[in-house]
Amino acid sequence: MTEELLSCQGLSKQFGHKTALAGVDLSLGRGRIVGLLGPNGSGKTTLIKLANGLLTPSRGEILINGEAPGPASKAVVSYLPDANYLPSWMRVRDLVNMFEDFYADFSADRAVEMLSTLEISGGERLKHLSKGTKEKVQLVLAMCRQAQLYLLDEPIGGVDPAARDYILRTILQNYSPEATVLISTHLISDIEPVLDEAIFIQNGKILLHRPVDDIREHEGKSVDEYFREVFKC
Amino acid sequence: MSWTFDGGRPLYTQLVEQLKAKIVSGEYPPGQRIPPVRELAAEAGVNPNTLQRAFSELERDGLLHTERTSGRFVTEDVSLVEYLRGEMARELADQYLGQTQKLGYSKDQAVDLVRRRSEEK
Repeated sequence: MTEELLSCQGLSKQFGHKTALAGVDLSLGRGRIVGLLGPNGSGKTTLIKLANGLLTPSRGEILINGEAPGPASKAVVSYLPDANYLPSWMRVRDLVNMFEDFYADFSADRAVEMLSTLEISGGERLKHLSKGTKEKVQLVLAMCRQAQLYLLDEPIGGVDPAARDYILRTILQNYSPEATVLISTHLISDIEPVLDEAIFIQNGKILLHRPVDDIREHEGKSVDEYFREVFKC
Repeated sequence: MSWTFDGGRPLYTQLVEQLKAKIVSGEYPPGQRIPPVRELAAEAGVNPNTLQRAFSELERDGLLHTERTSGRFVTEDVSLVEYLRGEMARELADQYLGQTQKLGYSKDQAVDLVRRRSEEK
């Protein structure tokens, strides 16, 4: 296991004439919970998709455990996309079974336990669930893997505050010194106490990457307040 | 006692304060075992590394100590807890004097007010 879990050098991504990422240099260690924070269209999802190997870089490189994204990295990366991606006709329990088949590091027992705490029945078909409940199911599936890197793209946007607290507690309980959780979100104040580090991203560039308590100490304000100042419209 | 955090100050400083308050109030009595970092971090809704940093500071102050196999404990040194209690009370007194001074109270008036209020209660 390398000390550095994720690293980017000069990472760029073009979509036609549009630049989504412009020369990102980034390094993430292990045992961290990191917030990827930026306004809409700043490149958060593009960065996460590159880390997954769902997109390929236009220039530069991104490495997980020192290697380009591929089968080896996918086995240790748990990804929660920002959209519904699971077949809507499937029942919750079928999804749990599918994940158990797919991923060697998936704990079905844990998933069943979490789903029951959230009062989601295994017999429900995904298409009959509300938007927020669907998101909870996806998040439970992503968090019940014992991965090294969790990439959570807007994991708490659609869920109610009580479930949000439960999810954040779950992320904390799941904490391991070997694993890192990267969370992209706009809901900074909700996740701020949970974070080690904050990354501000704007127009495809990393604006800052600092420990949360460092920002609070030196700027004299919360990361949420600081974000509002930096990205003031 | 639940955990609340305010905006502009480092979270670890606030955790240190709140853990000290728990020790002084007797919620964590002398010699008591403190829950493991991960458990307490989840309860407080804070990052485990931040909590670890707060624990380290309390260990440096001698308020907590770690037994290699059995966990982390509150000091059994009651005089140390007493000293901390005094320190925290002094801080509150200073805050009170500062705030009443802003309202235009003299020190004598502020002291007088405390005396009267305490007699009423």
